[in-house]
Parts: sequence; structure tokens; C-alpha cells
Amino acid sequence: MTQLDGRVPSGPIAEKWDRHRRQLRLVAPANRRKFRIIVVGSGLAGASAAATLGQLGYQVDCFCFQDSPRRAHSIAAQGGINAAKNYQNDGDNVWRLFYDTIKGGDFRSREANVYRLAQISTAIIDQCVALGVPFAREYGGMLANRSFGGVQVSRTFYARGQTGQQLLLACYSALARQIDAGNVRMYPRTEMLDLVIVDGKARGIITRNLVTGEIQRHAAHAVCLATGGYGNIYYLSTNAAGCNVTATYRAYKRGAYFANPCFTQIHPTCIPPHGEHQSKLTLMSESLRNDGRIWVPKRKGDRRPPQEIPESERDYFLERMYPAFGNLVPRDIASRAIKRICDQGYGVGPLGIGVYLDFSDAIKRLGRSTIEQRYGNLFEMYERITGEDPYEVPMRIYPASHYTMGGLWVDYNLMSNIPGLFVLGEANFSDHGANRLGASALMQGLADGFFIIPNTIAHYLAGEPMQPVSTDHDAFAEAENEVRLRIRRLLQVKGRRTPDSFHRELGRLMWDNCGMIRNREGLQRTLEKVAQLREEFWENVNVLGSNEQFNIMLEKAGRVADFLEFAELMCYDALHREESCGAHFREEYQTPDGEAVRNDEQFCYVAAWEYQGVGQKPTLHKEPLVFEEVKPTVRSYK
Amino acid sequence: MNRLQRLLNSSVGAKVMVATTGLLLFGFVIVHLLGNLQIYRGQEAMNSYAKMLHDLGPLLWLARLLLLAIFVVHLGLAIRLHRANRQARPEPYYVQHTAHREPFHQRRVKATRMMVITGVVILLFVLFHLMHFTFGWINPQAYGKHDEAGRHDVFGMVISGFQNPAITLTYVVAMLLLGWHLFHGAVSTLQSLGLTHPVWRPVVEKVLWALLIFVVVGNCFIPLSILLGLWPPGG
Amino acid sequence: MKLTLHIWRQPDRNSPGRLVTYQLDGVSPDMSFLEMLDLLNEQLASSGQDPVAFDHDCREGICGMCSLVINGVPHGPLQGTTTCQLHMRHFRDGDHIYIEPFRAKAFPVIKDLVVDRSAFDRIIEAGGYISTNVGSAPEANTIPVPKEEADTAFDAATCIGCGACVAACPNASAMLFVAAKVAHFAHLPHGQPERRRRVLRMVEEMDRQGFGNCSNYEECEAACPKEISVKFIAEMNREYLRALCSPAADQV
Repeated sequence: MTQLDGRVPSGPIAEKWDRHRRQLRLVAPANRRKFRIIVVGSGLAGASAAATLGQLGYQVDCFCFQDSPRRAHSIAAQGGINAAKNYQNDGDNVWRLFYDTIKGGDFRSREANVYRLAQISTAIIDQCVALGVPFAREYGGMLANRSFGGVQVSRTFYARGQTGQQLLLACYSALARQIDAGNVRMYPRTEMLDLVIVDGKARGIITRNLVTGEIQRHAAHAVCLATGGYGNIYYLSTNAAGCNVTATYRAYKRGAYFANPCFTQIHPTCIPPHGEHQSKLTLMSESLRNDGRIWVPKRKGDRRPPQEIPESERDYFLERMYPAFGNLVPRDIASRAIKRICDQGYGVGPLGIGVYLDFSDAIKRLGRSTIEQRYGNLFEMYERITGEDPYEVPMRIYPASHYTMGGLWVDYNLMSNIPGLFVLGEANFSDHGANRLGASALMQGLADGFFIIPNTIAHYLAGEPMQPVSTDHDAFAEAENEVRLRIRRLLQVKGRRTPDSFHRELGRLMWDNCGMIRNREGLQRTLEKVAQLREEFWENVNVLGSNEQFNIMLEKAGRVADFLEFAELMCYDALHREESCGAHFREEYQTPDGEAVRNDEQFCYVAAWEYQGVGQKPTLHKEPLVFEEVKPTVRSYK
Repeated sequence: MNRLQRLLNSSVGAKVMVATTGLLLFGFVIVHLLGNLQIYRGQEAMNSYAKMLHDLGPLLWLARLLLLAIFVVHLGLAIRLHRANRQARPEPYYVQHTAHREPFHQRRVKATRMMVITGVVILLFVLFHLMHFTFGWINPQAYGKHDEAGRHDVFGMVISGFQNPAITLTYVVAMLLLGWHLFHGAVSTLQSLGLTHPVWRPVVEKVLWALLIFVVVGNCFIPLSILLGLWPPGG
Repeated sequence: MKLTLHIWRQPDRNSPGRLVTYQLDGVSPDMSFLEMLDLLNEQLASSGQDPVAFDHDCREGICGMCSLVINGVPHGPLQGTTTCQLHMRHFRDGDHIYIEPFRAKAFPVIKDLVVDRSAFDRIIEAGGYISTNVGSAPEANTIPVPKEEADTAFDAATCIGCGACVAACPNASAMLFVAAKVAHFAHLPHGQPERRRRVLRMVEEMDRQGFGNCSNYEECEAACPKEISVKFIAEMNREYLRALCSPAADQV
């Protein structure tokens, strides 16, 4: 074990970024064309990075597995994007946004990064408006804000319930402009399958064309991964079907450290699964909890329809357990309470996993039309999916995996421990600690892509001169060979089970043991079971067809194979972190009334793991977290 | 030239040209009908109106050429667009269904699908109409006669023509098809020309509907009234 | 539920395709349409047959990746709904369902139900953006935008780029897609400087991609899962005419 250095600049926190930028090296405009940069992923972070680097004059190659860069999963974010503009004159400022984010992350994020994020937040809004994002506005023509995720100021900018979509389309349009200008080459329907390292530096990637199966080598001076999170490890999540860990995991296998993989966020208000063939869970905006009351029947296994259960036989358990915040407790706390009550047998719905979110009181109090104005589109969406009318029958909700705070370890410059490998957005670990606040993910993706990476990557490129590397280099040949071998292996197993069935089983295992609530015994057992499942996978998976075609089974099998290895990493991390913090809740570390007990003396660090081989325990490296500006306190919502 | 080429070649420009020429033709049909209605003012009025037109001389030829040009552009571009549209979907759907769910819109889709067919039928009708009244091939015994003032007896020619049930039927069917053509065309024009004003668009639409009904009813009424012996009185 | 599915199967871009009939049992009314296809694929794969390829990603109606023409209607029978949000309770036991890919010359079939919609990307690359470099944006509230204009811009910008408009149009025209983007920027002050140039370039790129023309069927609006209005097409026509009369036409 070694101590990792986040390379945080010195000086007062408010001046760190400015001072740092003064010291960063620059690449002259005429020289930028000489550098090729690979960007993998075209979500908010990837598209904004590719567009910005292209605009600066670098030669950029951008890759995505979807048919168009416009479809990356950032598009599904509903709520909004935070910025410390203080347009509402309600006392907001950079420091407050910084503090809320640090506290929300349960003091497991790097102070300097979070402060920089809050500083940049205002410029993001300016840039997005200039790119044509139709944010909500007041009648006077100024930007509107709302309060989001239980903070005390209104700092969230939004475009109805489709903020992620509008922001992503803005980045996509900026990217399209650079493609048109010839600065960016776009590779859609292309999946990154390996990272190529030459002389210790990230110098390229190996990709597979998902239409033709062609394996290609791409060389560059630097590689940026903006490939999102790994929430799909649970099989059922609010992530898109294609979201996967492959790119970051293959980088990890090449030596990049993976930080805090066990920090996965569970969102409390999702539509519960309906049965075995459920393929994904749909998120309902958190704002529903502002007016809806959450309850279960007081009697276990009560099968009566909700309208027939009298008031006296209902348990409004969040209001009972957290009188001060009631139904508005933070995501992690609400999720755990819901899971517990369902595990005890009080759950409702056909599968017994779900609790009621009831608007009848609010409708009585405010009238149906007010509720319709506030939540009309959400109610419609709920009805479309479940066939039930939430104005008449209470909604049923259940938590689902939503976001992963963990990711590849990066320093203050967003560079991983492999020189030349930069990691942006959800794919890195940097800003959200053990729990992410609402409306912060969009902010981070854009901060990384628009404003941070263009500065820090120049510093790297202008550093010590790099040897020219062509794709004929041995390292490329070797990486390509490994990729081909692995594909051949997958195709040659010819077993009986589909990749999906393995994914479902793995998801269930991880959800039960490394999801919202974890314990030592469960994690240890899971480590064994994952290893067994992986063994079975390589003996019994059935992948039809060949590599040289559009092969959905092969795509899926490759991703599941990586999840099967990555699951162990998550379990090791969850097992080693003997405390409860943020989204990571260990049963052994709680107060008698079930609250999380954080252990700042022993675990106030980033856990960054180094690959040691399949099935081998990875090596832990620690980056201590130093809090100069804020003092870690106990989160209490009682 | 660049601009003209783009107007004719681009999808939007060509569509605008079809719409504009369509509107002009619609205007011509309305004026034509107003002239035809002279028939209800009697032989004198009708024939002098016809003579007045003839006496325009070169101007009349200019107008005819212009009309022909408009017609050719309308037709030529419409056919070119139609062919491009067919090429844009080389393989048809096995199940053909409208995405519209309301009957009114489903009818409009049908009218739109018929545009080329109704257009071609109208073209044939126009040729028939010219052969009938301009060249006098259809009903030669009534053609080329003169009234007492020595003018070409248009009135008599028209009356005689429409007393033939086959000719009247042809005209009535053609006018109904023209109505069907305009059912799509008239309102579509506003869309193609980009009229979206929240106040003016509905107003203009209503005016167009009224003119459409006027054209169809008026043009059917003349031959029918003659066939049924309602006009000329005692004739 | 028991269903009879007639699905378009085509091995690749250059091979001919045909409708193949499958019987599927055990479909639950609570399944989404894509979950029903997942079930079919699971059964096909278990019996050693190539699963049906179809595009999908977010499965919550926003990424625009899912497609399919279901019984002749893009995204199926439910208005304002993408295929991924369509649920089987809208079908009946014993139904025959015909599933075909989006069909247009500009959207060649890649495999089975998967089509290549990159023509849309090329149209956006031709001008579907505001050229603002990162770093040069003014303070966001410097330019007020009337709420009505911002709302109209949003109504247009809500397009998910799925291509249902093209699939539904008897002419395979992409006008609604292009119009939505043109109108989005035309309604915002930030979009004004490139307003003329943008519409000229985007319309002409659309023509080059081999889409059909607009005959005002308005089928696109009826099929659009985001219910984008055809009034934007009228706006685009007007924008194009104005642009033709502007100095921008000399430069583009």
C-alpha cells in the first residue's frame, strides 16, 4: 500500500484553481494540431470535452456505442443543474454550494475539487444558455430557479423535466459543429475494448465496430474516458440498457486505480419491478416527495387494495421515524427505510417490493388541478408504465440503483495514475464523495468537459516531449490480440445460458448483498458466489454468431464478463470500509436506532484499488482526505 | 441565378413554388368562374365579355402564356417532387396504416395521397375543356357561330354544350375532383408558404375554404342548371 | 398472453429481408414492448437461433434510440409514446403484431429492425448549433428571453431524434426533425446571428441525404412521440424563404 497524492495545489481554497491555472503549461495554437486526443463517451462530459478540445484546435477522435452521440445516458437526467448564481437573492454563494456538496457526500470527497466545481458552476450556465439551452424562465425573461434535493436555497436551473436532454443536446450540437469543422472525428456504434499503454503512458485504445465487428487500433497523445457509471451491475437500475463498466474496467486492468467502487447511489422513488422480465427501472422525480406521503399497511402481508385500508391501519413510517424531515429525508436514508420495511414483509404490490406514495391528502388540501400542474407529466408517465391512475390509486415506489459515485481515481487535474489517461464525469470518483446531491451530476460532467480538461490536458501535452507512436507498435498488437482472444473465447464456450441470465443473477446477488445495506458476512459470501458465477459463465455462456457481424449477444456477453470481475472489486471495497457513510451502509456500523456511524479516524480517505489479476484481491492505495475548510460533522435528519 | 436554382431545386423551395403556382391557378379559377357567371346576365353580356377578352390581342396571348408557364411549373415541380418522394422509400411497409388517429386527418391523408392522381385528371380535364370551348372539337356543330352583333356566340356554345348530359357529367366530376385537389392544396399552401400567425392563419384558412366551396359549387351549378333547363329561362 | 409476431429479419445491409412469424407465449400485460422482445430473444437464443436485433437504450422514452414500426405505425398505437414506453396491456391475447424497421432510403437497414440514422447527425453537423466557443459566453441573464419564446423553443427542442417522423411520412421526409431544430434556435436571441445560414445549410443537407419532400400529410406530427407540431415546418419554410432573400444565400 502506498499513499496517493491528489496533487491539490496549495493556497487558500478559493484561490487554488486560479493559482493553478496560472502555473499550468500551455500549448501554442499552431502546435495543437500536432496532438491527437481520444475521447471515449459522448455524454455531457465526453461531448463537452470533445467539442472544447476540437474548438481549441486539437485533433479529436470521439467514440460512443450508441448510433449517435446524442443518445448518451446524460439525456435521461430530469431534475436540473445546480449553479451558485444566487439569482434568487436567497443567500446562495459558491461556498454554500461547496459546503452542501461536501456535506451531502458525507465528507468523503476532495475539498479542492468540490470547491472548484462550485466555482465553475456559474460559467456552465452562461455557456449552456449561449449554446441555446431553453431553460425555464420568468415572465421578465430572466432564468428561473427551483429548490431541489432538500437544500435551503433555490439554485437549480431546469428545462421542464428534461434538463439532461437539453444540456446533452447542447453539447451534442457543439460537438456537431466541431465535426463539421473537421476538428473531431466521430465513431458511433463503436465500443472501446482496451487501453493501450506505451512507455507507461496512455497512448491509444482498441475498439470494436459494433456493426461490422472490425477490431481497430487508435493511437493518440492522450486518452479521455467519459464512459459513465456502472450502476447496471445490479441488472435492474435506472441506467440505460447499454451502460456498462467495460471501458473503465479495462483501464483498471491496465493499471489505472479504481476509487471507492462501493459508493453507489440508490434512488428512493422509482417504479417497482413487475416481474421476472423487467429490464429496467424508471425513475420518478424526487420532487414527488414534497407532496406525497409514504406509507405501508400496519399488518404484514395485508393484500387489501390501498383505498380499503383505513387511516388507523396505515404506517407513515418515514414521518414516524424522522419527525423533523419526514418524507423529505435524503435519498440514502429514505431508500434504506423503504428497503427495511419491505424486507420485514410490509411491502405492497404483486411482488411485495414497494411502498405507497399517496397524494390523496395533498389532493384534498390543494385540489387536483394544483397537483396536476406540479406533477402532471410524472403522473402521466406513471400511468403509462403501470396502467394505474395515481390520482385515484396511490403510486407504488421502490428504490433503484441510479448513480455511481465511485470511479477511476484521478488527481486534481483529472488525470489517473496512468499519465495521459484522463477520466471525466461519472466515470471518475472525484466530486461526490459517498453520496451525490440532486442536480449535481450534470454540473460535474460539464465542469470537467468544458472548463477543467482543456486546461489540464494542455499542461500534460506541453510537458516532457512524447515519442511519436503509430498503431504498429507492439503494445497495440498485443492489446488487439488480447481483445481478439477474449472474443474468440466468448464465442467458443457454446454453453446453455444466455449472457442476460448471468447478468440477472449477478444483479440480484449484488443488489441483495452489496446494494443499499451491506454486512461482512454477506459480502464475503458474495465474493465466493461471484467467483463461482464467473467460472460458470466461462463454461456455460452461450454466444451465438460470429465476431464479424452485428452481434448483440457478443456485445452483451463482453460487458457481463467485465461486470463479473468488477463485482468482486466492489465487494472488496465495501468489505474493507468498516464504517457507514453516505450511500455505503454497513449493518455492523449503526446506532441503536439504525443511523449510519461514520468512522473519520480510520476511513477518512479515498480507497483506490490496483488490479492484481482475475480473482486476486486487489491492492489498496489510500489518498487521505484533508479537510482544511470544513469540519466533518454528523449528518442528522431526525 | 443561384437563388433561383435553389428555389427550384431545394425541397422547401420547390414546395413553395408548387404552393405559389397553385395559389395563382386557384386565383385564375376564381376569376374564370366570375367570368363564367356572366352567363346568368344573358347572351348580350356574356358575348360582349368574351369579345372584350379577345380584343385584348397580344395581352391575351401574354396572359395565356403566363398561365401556361404557371401550369407547367406547378405540374413539373409536383411530378418531380412526387418521383423523389417515391424514391425516398424504396421498400414499402408490409402493413400500411396512417399514424393519424382522427377520421378528419385520415381523410386529409387520403386527399394528399391522391394529389398526383387528381392533378393528372384535372390536367386531362383542362385539355378536354380547351378542346371543347377553345378549339371546338368536342361539340363542333355549336362552335364558330356568331350572334346578331357579329360576335362569337359563346353564350350559345355553352348552353348547347351543357345540354349534353355526358359533357355536363364530365364537368361536374372534374369540378368535384378539383375540390378534392384543393381540399388538400388550399390549406397546404399556407403551410408551405410559412404562414403561422396565430390570428391571420385561421382567418386566411377560412377565406380559402369559402373560396373553395364557391369555386366547386359555382362551377358545378352552371352546367347543371343548363342541363336541368333552369337556364336560360324558357330555353 | 399469447401473441403471433411477424418480424422483419434481414441479416445485413446488403442481403434481402423478409417477415418471419414467431409464436410467443407467456407475455404479461405489464411488460413493455421491448421486454416482450427480450423474452422472444431469450427463447430464440436458448434454441440456438439468432436473436432479433433492435435498437434501444434508455428505455424511458428520452434517448430516441428505440424505433420499430408496429402494425404500420412508428412507435405503435399509443399517441405520444415511444416503443420502449409502450406496454403490452394495449394489445390483446391472440393478437398478430407486425414489426418492421423504419423504412427510408436515408435510413438503410443494418440488421433486422436496426437502421442507420446517421443522416440525422449529418444534418445537425450542417448547422444545427450555435457557434459559441467555450469561454466566450456572456453572463446568462444579460440577454432576457421572453418566457413565451423560451417555451416555444423548448417545444421544438424536445425532439429526441428518433426518426419516427421519417418513418411515418409517406414521403420519408425529415422536415419535422429539421424544422424542430431550426425553430428551436430561431426562437432564441442567441440563435439569431446564424439564423439564415443555418436554415439554408440544414435544408440543403437534408435534401442531399435522400429524404423525401413535405406534402403536408402531417403524419409526422401524429407519430412523433414528443408530439412536436407541424407548425414548425411552416416556420422553417418561411425561414428558408427569408434566408434565400438574405445576403447569407451568397455565402452558403
